[in-house]
Amino acid sequence: MSKKLETAHAGTLESSDAFVRVIPINEKGIVIELESSVEEIYGDAIRALILESANAMKVDGVKLIVQDKGALDYVIKARVQTAILRATGESEPDWSMLS
Amino acid sequence: MKQKLRRSMLFVPGSNTGMVCNAFIYKPDTVMFDLEDSVALSEKDSARMMVFHALQHFTYKDIETAVRVNPLDTPFGLLDLEAVIRAGVDIVRLPKTDTVEDVLAMEREIERIEINIGTTKKTMLLAAIESALGVVNAVDIARSSKRMMGIALGAEDFVRDLHTQRTKEGHELMAARNQILLAARAAKIGAFDSIFSDVKDKEGFMHEVDLIKGLGFDGKSLINPNQIPWLHNAFAPSQKNINWAIEVLEAAKDAKERGLGVISLDGKMVDAPVILRAEWIMDLARASGVLGEEQ
Repeated sequence: MSKKLETAHAGTLESSDAFVRVIPINEKGIVIELESSVEEIYGDAIRALILESANAMKVDGVKLIVQDKGALDYVIKARVQTAILRATGESEPDWSMLS
Repeated sequence: MKQKLRRSMLFVPGSNTGMVCNAFIYKPDTVMFDLEDSVALSEKDSARMMVFHALQHFTYKDIETAVRVNPLDTPFGLLDLEAVIRAGVDIVRLPKTDTVEDVLAMEREIERIEINIGTTKKTMLLAAIESALGVVNAVDIARSSKRMMGIALGAEDFVRDLHTQRTKEGHELMAARNQILLAARAAKIGAFDSIFSDVKDKEGFMHEVDLIKGLGFDGKSLINPNQIPWLHNAFAPSQKNINWAIEVLEAAKDAKERGLGVISLDGKMVDAPVILRAEWIMDLARASGVLGEEQ
């Protein structure tokens, strides 16, 4: 079940952080665009983390543009999920899905 | 019951990613993530989400965590609680606690959330007293909940409420500090002093630490990690106190082994409060790095 989404963003471009943009698209699935200084080594793991974080928010038909500035895994998770929450316009996620 | 050391409670703005990620490195006794005054209205949601995930990260598994949530009469308070209780925070810091009802309202919500998620963990409460009304009600606030582990002075808002300002001497806070300390001790809970905001003024900070330590406070809120070693050093017991504590504990151990009910040391009776005091000094000495773990 997919939620109606608007364009939204979260995070910063500061070191140890990530900046995430959410753009609704007219097709099914989650498209990830990643830019990271550690892409060569951790790119696949970061993409998997982004996908898992987005799936927990139960969204579909969305493009996630992530600029990673050397963020820890939970920072990326938090930024992706905040951006998606903002895109849904809801005030609170289903916390039980995010633990 | 063994008391946990809480000399240093380091405030970490939930919206400051760098500090959220690194605060544990500085080894404060308690990390206190903030979702209230240090977080802009537009970032309340992102700070909440960041703290929710940080609390569950392995870097915060071996350190006590607290979160200062927004008051329940704002649109953010309940959302904060839902997130941090689910994430397993140890302590919820109530901001601007004026009355017992403020505590009970928070306690009701925490209990409801704990039941909903089926946890057996009992989240503790730390009430921040930041107004004249709160200071007047401190005794009742300290005794209002079994979850209450301590009360803390929030001096910045308090001096505004008093129509004055903070000074290095701290006369304007004397009545509040005494009242908060007495209320905490009467309720057998912790007493914590306010932040010292001029992070470059080590002399002023040490003066304030000497003052609050002498009054009997357990510790202090901090806003800068640089203040942690200063504070911990000030709380480290003297060699004379350590020697005394070692003698007391050896005498107690000896009496126990010989089945003696009454312990005496240098002709003075050693009873349970004296032993607890000696254990407390040894805990402080170990935590301050004055002793090895095995001593």
